[in-house]
Amino acid sequence: MAPREARVVVTGLGVVAPNAHGAIPFASALREGKSGIRFHPHLEASGFGCQVGGIPEGIEAIEARYLGEEERRAMNRNMVFAAIAALDAWDDAGLARSPGGSDDVDWGAGAIIGTGIGGIDTVAEKLAPKVDAGKVGRLGSTMVEQIMSSGNSARVAGLLGLGNQVTTNSSACNTGTEAVVDAFLRIREGRAERMLAGGSEGPSKYTWAGFDAMKVLQRRANDRPAEASRPMSASAGGFVPGSGAGILLLESLASAERRGARVYAEVLGGYVNCGGHRMGGSMTAPNPHGVRRAIQGALSMAGVPAQSIGAINGHLTATFADPHEVASWSAALGLPPSRMPLLHSTKSLIGHALGAAGGIECVASVLELFHGFVHGSANCEDLHPELTAYAASIPHRTVERPDLRVLAKASFGFGDVNGCVIFGKLGG
Amino acid sequence: MMQEQVFQKVVSIITPFVKAPEALATIGMESSLVKDLKVNSARLVDVVLEIEDTFGMAIADADADRVKTVGDAVRLIQAAQK
Repeated sequence: MAPREARVVVTGLGVVAPNAHGAIPFASALREGKSGIRFHPHLEASGFGCQVGGIPEGIEAIEARYLGEEERRAMNRNMVFAAIAALDAWDDAGLARSPGGSDDVDWGAGAIIGTGIGGIDTVAEKLAPKVDAGKVGRLGSTMVEQIMSSGNSARVAGLLGLGNQVTTNSSACNTGTEAVVDAFLRIREGRAERMLAGGSEGPSKYTWAGFDAMKVLQRRANDRPAEASRPMSASAGGFVPGSGAGILLLESLASAERRGARVYAEVLGGYVNCGGHRMGGSMTAPNPHGVRRAIQGALSMAGVPAQSIGAINGHLTATFADPHEVASWSAALGLPPSRMPLLHSTKSLIGHALGAAGGIECVASVLELFHGFVHGSANCEDLHPELTAYAASIPHRTVERPDLRVLAKASFGFGDVNGCVIFGKLGG
Repeated sequence: MMQEQVFQKVVSIITPFVKAPEALATIGMESSLVKDLKVNSARLVDVVLEIEDTFGMAIADADADRVKTVGDAVRLIQAAQK
């Protein structure tokens, strides 16, 4: 007989976001509709059309509290964001850190911390200039660990003595959500007791430049940063690039109960897939059938009816795809516009953090569920004409929802990849 | 530069890489970078680069490979200064 599948819960949250650092300040920032989007002169100087972005503030001033000097010398921003969010999530869950230099390895705990583009700042600012100047011998010892895709999760493993699976996934803008799904499945199957899961992304202009060149970034609001990110708006002009890290500590319910841990939420279901670049899908556009299958797959695993979903934290980036995404939600759930749950976009406040987006937005989703609110989706008072039928379901300001029991979170990425997670209140 | 001055500069270069901070209290010319101070052996490359920058010298790979103790580094620097 197959072993019974474990129930999985969220017991810790860590977030480094453009509008807040830490779960409690982040929850407040979401409630208050605080924007983390700023004008950045260095983008103007580099000839970007989009000169606004979301960069976590004040992190340099606090990172010495988290990391030793030797570690910091070997870490780029992507890795620092991941480490701070992971350590915060671990502490938030009430877990003790294995002291550095000890031989304690936590064989039951692992990490899946993804990134979309990762250490490109290291490549552009350190590796390439020295190599091109014939100074390979001056690179030092830390290049590989900073440019290897798994640098963020590898560093976290060392900080905490993790002994289970430690890896970095990458599926473009679906990365963080995919990490949560994969970690959830690993615990569910009994292969790990607890996993740090989410994503991180540095704020490098080299990461953002390619998107700017594609003309998919917002370039019409450089003088109005807080209004720049406009998901679901008729005047949406592309996404605003963001950065940061969002990491959840997932744990078997049995382990959480044994420890007497606070439970934020239960992960009821999760699903990832790809649209195969067919049926309207491509490298840069989603196959709507794939999107619907991902949502329905997560819902099916969760075993809850579509009507029970109280809120959707969408991917909703402020590109042409927003109306298509909303239509896909409606079709996947089998609910007409008039009966749709609350729809909102965390990107309206922090921009699109790429490989970190799913992680940060899963943290937002869990906080909303735990505290019983749905944050306002900013800058869509002028709703896109294809979304007018959904107007009653799109909150512009934060609404209290103490009865919120189930929330759906999805992410979609270049490569036609999709991910969906269903979070529920424990005992919900 | 006097040996003591060179020694102190070497200690300050090594300190960020030391994983056994308690060993700094008794650090001396014979202290092994890896065994006593628990410097990650991969980081010896960075220690050598910092010595080169600090003292304005170039260290050949063969000489760098022979740096096992604080004293090895100090003597290498002093030899280059003669």
